[in-house]
Amino acid sequence: MPITNETLESELNNIENSQERDHIRKLWDHADILMQEISVNLIQGNNTAVDELTKQALDNGFDANTILDEGLIAGMAIVGIKFRDNLIFVPEVLVAARAMKAGMVYIEPILSASGIEPIGKVIMGTVKGDLHDIGKNLCIMMLRGAGFTVIDLGVDTSSEEFIEAVEEHNAEILGMSALLTTTMPNMGKTITSFEDIEMRDLVKIMVGGAPLSQEFADEMGADGFGKDAISCVDLAKQFVANEN
Amino acid sequence: MKTLSNKSQELLNRISQGETIISDGGTGTYLQKNGLEPGGCPEEFNDSNPEVIKKMAREYFEAGSDMVLTNSFGGSVFRQKHYGFEEYVFKFNKLAAQHAKSQAPKHGFVCGSLGPTGEFLEPLGTVSNQEMYDSFKNQALALEEGGADCVVIETMLDIDETSIAINAVRENTNMLAMASMTFDKGPKGFFTMMGVTPEDAAKRLQQSGAQIIGANCGNGIENMIEISSKMRESTDRPMIVHCNAGIPSLVSGEILYPESPEYMAEQFMKLIEVGVNIVGGCCGTSPEHIKALFNAINK
Repeated sequence: MPITNETLESELNNIENSQERDHIRKLWDHADILMQEISVNLIQGNNTAVDELTKQALDNGFDANTILDEGLIAGMAIVGIKFRDNLIFVPEVLVAARAMKAGMVYIEPILSASGIEPIGKVIMGTVKGDLHDIGKNLCIMMLRGAGFTVIDLGVDTSSEEFIEAVEEHNAEILGMSALLTTTMPNMGKTITSFEDIEMRDLVKIMVGGAPLSQEFADEMGADGFGKDAISCVDLAKQFVANEN
Repeated sequence: MKTLSNKSQELLNRISQGETIISDGGTGTYLQKNGLEPGGCPEEFNDSNPEVIKKMAREYFEAGSDMVLTNSFGGSVFRQKHYGFEEYVFKFNKLAAQHAKSQAPKHGFVCGSLGPTGEFLEPLGTVSNQEMYDSFKNQALALEEGGADCVVIETMLDIDETSIAINAVRENTNMLAMASMTFDKGPKGFFTMMGVTPEDAAKRLQQSGAQIIGANCGNGIENMIEISSKMRESTDRPMIVHCNAGIPSLVSGEILYPESPEYMAEQFMKLIEVGVNIVGGCCGTSPEHIKALFNAINK
């Protein structure tokens, strides 16, 4: 079914790269009008509308997975691109994430009851000594928006806590964040801790934060560096794809 | 609005007579080298390590700083409660100003540093305008009581939060209010995390009553020259810029900032040409950077 929602069509036209635009457009290839409406309201951050439309869709017999993929996740894909391209900023992303959450309230219990596996499990945390979490929280929202299960360890996370969480949840990906140049070395220390107990091969480690660079990530032995929330999701997707 | 103190007026006068005011360099990186643990509370150092804070102010003044910032950047109640120090907010801020003041020469300035609260205002976040105002007011009163001559509200990302801080300073103290934001370079140019461009920042901070306007931190001094020219076109207020020493790298376990004192001194001169009136350093800059800047200006 082609896209019939005009607002969604104009949102798609915000994507400048035509290949990327076509790729994203395919997310709605089989999407009902109602799914398109959910996407549009998510992009615009109308959480009441997303709440009502998600409930309505379930009442109308739509599958929870369909609503997640073709309504919520598809909408979040546009939010991520607009954020990366400086068309929207943190306030708009936070509002969209809130709308996503309003829909997930209905979807999540159904998915977990049905035993459907998420596309991957990610442990996320800000490193020891660092109390900054805006960037990390954006990454978590975008990861959840892309279908990952995320376990958030919050701020000031020690190596031990990272290791315990990876073991407990059997997570294949670990993401670490730092805003302070003074706490960045704690990322490297955590990676070394994983090596010391021979767990390094069990988990892919990605790092991010304002003062970081690819070189810094390479030097400390991370598997990937994400310069923003969307590249964090791309990295996580690559890690799972390579594993399968 | 209250009237300006003599010291605040003196700062404005010196700028209007064409003088370039040299500010100081980084605080966090300095404290790190002098015993602050990664993730430790810098403001608590005002109480537990007063000699380090005084030495820092002294070294910057000796290197050529006309103005030194107080160690109170994260001194808001919102940041301090993360460490469990919310009761000591007034004390830490007052001490921060006293330590810097104790080292200031007669014509030196002590500038109170006010950083972002790290919170979002309602409805995006949970903090009301009044709570934000009260936090900045409390910090500003403590800084003034400790002897600060003026205030810089720095590393700001959100215009509304910055405007609240400007009002809190100007309505409750006799200190001059400077406001400085932090911009990142994205595919569409420079923006704060909240989407503010340098041009918008200059116009709106002026409207909010900031007497001096500028930018700080960032990703190296070259970007700062570009940001400053954009701001300069949008305001006729004096400008303040604190640059960091570039994006740090990790070399055999040690954090190194790429921009040397000599390189930055050259670039600082370009900032002054663009029309910046107060120049100084941010993360990764040291008294050596300030010394090099001083020598370049007084050549």
